Amino acid sequence: MSKLHQMIERNSLVMVLMITIVASIGGIIEIAPLFTIENTIEKVEGMRPYTPLELAGRDIYVREGCYACHSQMIRTLKTDVDRYGHYSLAAESMYDHPFQWGSKRTGPDLARVGLKYSDDWHVAHMKEPRRFVEGSIMPGYAFLADNDLDLDRAPLSLKALRMAGDPYTDKMIAEAKQDILRQADPELEGEDDLEERYGEKVQIRDFDGQPKRVTEMDAIVAYLQMLGTLIDPKQVSDKIRAEEAAKSKALKGESQ
Amino acid sequence: MRISSGKIEGYILILMTLPLMVLGGALAFYGKEGALVFHGGLIALVTSYAIISIFRKMSEPAQNIPLEYNDGVIRAAVIMTGIWGFIGFFVGSVIAWQLAFPDLNIDLPWTNFARVRPVHTTSVIFGFGANALIATSFYIVQRTSRARLAGRFTPWMVLWGWNLFVILGVSGYPFGITQGREYAEPEWYADLIALFVWVAYLWVFLATLSRRAERHIYVANWYFLAFLIAFAMLHTFNNLAIPISLEYAKSYSLFSGVKDAMTQWWYGHNAVGFFLTASFVGMLYYFLPKAAGRPIYSYRLGIIGFWGLVFLYMWVGSHHLHYTALPDWVQVLGMSMSVILLIPSWAVVFNGFFTLNGAWHKLRVDPALRFMALAVCFYAISTLEGVFMAMKPVNALSHYTDWTIGHVHAGALGWVAFITFGSMYKLVPWVWHREGTYSKRLEAWHFWLALSGVLIYVGAMWNSGITQSLMWQTYNPDGQFAFAFIDTVDAMHPYYIARAFGGTLYLIGFCLGAYNLWLTIHPRTPIQMPDQQELKPLPTVNLNKATVKSPMSVKATETPTGPAE
Repeated sequence: MSKLHQMIERNSLVMVLMITIVASIGGIIEIAPLFTIENTIEKVEGMRPYTPLELAGRDIYVREGCYACHSQMIRTLKTDVDRYGHYSLAAESMYDHPFQWGSKRTGPDLARVGLKYSDDWHVAHMKEPRRFVEGSIMPGYAFLADNDLDLDRAPLSLKALRMAGDPYTDKMIAEAKQDILRQADPELEGEDDLEERYGEKVQIRDFDGQPKRVTEMDAIVAYLQMLGTLIDPKQVSDKIRAEEAAKSKALKGESQ
Repeated sequence: MRISSGKIEGYILILMTLPLMVLGGALAFYGKEGALVFHGGLIALVTSYAIISIFRKMSEPAQNIPLEYNDGVIRAAVIMTGIWGFIGFFVGSVIAWQLAFPDLNIDLPWTNFARVRPVHTTSVIFGFGANALIATSFYIVQRTSRARLAGRFTPWMVLWGWNLFVILGVSGYPFGITQGREYAEPEWYADLIALFVWVAYLWVFLATLSRRAERHIYVANWYFLAFLIAFAMLHTFNNLAIPISLEYAKSYSLFSGVKDAMTQWWYGHNAVGFFLTASFVGMLYYFLPKAAGRPIYSYRLGIIGFWGLVFLYMWVGSHHLHYTALPDWVQVLGMSMSVILLIPSWAVVFNGFFTLNGAWHKLRVDPALRFMALAVCFYAISTLEGVFMAMKPVNALSHYTDWTIGHVHAGALGWVAFITFGSMYKLVPWVWHREGTYSKRLEAWHFWLALSGVLIYVGAMWNSGITQSLMWQTYNPDGQFAFAFIDTVDAMHPYYIARAFGGTLYLIGFCLGAYNLWLTIHPRTPIQMPDQQELKPLPTVNLNKATVKSPMSVKATETPTGPAE
């Protein structure tokens, strides 16, 4: 062994080659299959790409670094499930570029926070966290309600996400700006168009209590209110379990 | 490799820098966000300055290059290490106090905890850590190869290019420019610059090795090579993203959900593995034996430790994703490999400790060596702790809590920074030609402040992490949770104060250390030069003459006769 190693350590290029090979193995074995194995992400009914308004909200979530304190991943542990709801399925983050599972719960998990609180609560809590939750150590985000949402970004964002593989259509991209307004302003016409593109579960209303403006607060609340609301995870996991049971039954039948 | 005036090198660098300059100009021109315009302008300015100075230097008449080690770039890197260290530790303390007293957030966009936190992590990892690595790796590769650093311009490009990357990162976060990937927050254009710099860094390293006057590559350089190669792979794959346009800094990760999570933590854990471990082990393998005056204990342990680490680290990222939607087999594989990883980690630990055998008494009088010995201790503790935290049942308790933060800081403050402090106390007198540091007593103060700081910090985080996790899991007899989430946040308050206090102690210690080294570099009283002889300019060689010699003879003349090693 030491003779062989003498050869390696006397030649920098051999060393470089060896390091490259040895260091690549782990990544190739663990990551490459995730892209090829079909059941990494189970197919789930109800999952859809984000609406332009939700996406803008998500971008704000990323921009503000919310993931530093909030996770979006309910683990398959009883205590997690009891506190936050059904454990997160892979499909639920399939349109998340980047994923925001987080690594720390300085604050609670948000994977299923959607529709748990009212819009007013969210807006007020964001502005002054300690007014409603005594002892909270969250910073205040009142400035979000003052910032008008930049609509010009929406079509560009959708286009980039389509390149990354999300199923945004030409129509969705073309209507992106208008769709933001449609979702945040119930008085605008075209709700049906929005629902046609993004499904019936799209929540259409003024989120931030300032009906005349579309602010960053509208976007972030729209995003928070849709988290975990798209699919019925219990139905999905029951279905998967039933399929697997049937499969193993069939296998047993064959072996007999 | 011959000594050259750097014509070819210069043109290649200019060719590689030009696209970056164009990119910077384009961002400044099209950008719609203030911070992006600033970034574009900065990139354009720095790159055009680089190009102009390369041109100027190249057009100067072929000059005599002194036959000595290139220590100028090392000195600059040491200064940058100090600056980034201060920023990183200071910001870290500030955000620690913010967690203890949330009103300190002031609720402005650019002062809120979550936007400032990456300023802390980037400053310490890529500012303090990377500059310390540039300084020490350039020092070590020259001394152990007995060859001058390759390249006339490239080492400087590496240093300033990398610092440009770090500045782009930390100046963007407060204005919301981030990729939202932990420890890989800088946006795509900064990542491109980092990649360019990294390739240049690898080239400098390999080219210097190729002109070495020693047959064997010294073990410290193996680790630096692994660090350079692995980080190039990790950085490139993890930052694959699609920018939305030149008007906005925003980009979207090419991957999503599960795949993105796995790629990110493959990167995230190996940023720890290669950026904060392998490379600092390289630092250890040079500075510890030098400071102790003992040879490394075992060559074999060195080999086992090295290849084990290079092979195993890449597998373990998935232990950050236990019980998540990541397929179970990846979780179990990551967990298993994490356990095995203890073997190469502790091979390094044993090699470190046994190297100190026969020199333990020096710990009493040499705080720098004490820093290094304690660094090995913390390395031992945090790698063992890491094994436990990677096991699923323990992870169920530790994940999402402050325990992780404590673990990271045992490694970062206790291992990475301690080995850096110890090495800097040796390196600074060496490269500035001083007999020793300004004050051993200040060194000792730094040591004890830093050690108390780490212990308070880590102790507080262990307690808060385990307490909070147990509170999350406590049920009443009727099956309801005993504590609302906010109760568990309340319970953290004393620990957060203790943590901030520990961090502040650490910061004070660092300031003393920086002050000490500053006075070492700029003594208040003119220093006696006992060895004037050695400091006289070394003989020089005429370039044109040198290049016509045969490679062998050039190598021989090139071998510097600098400070005896």
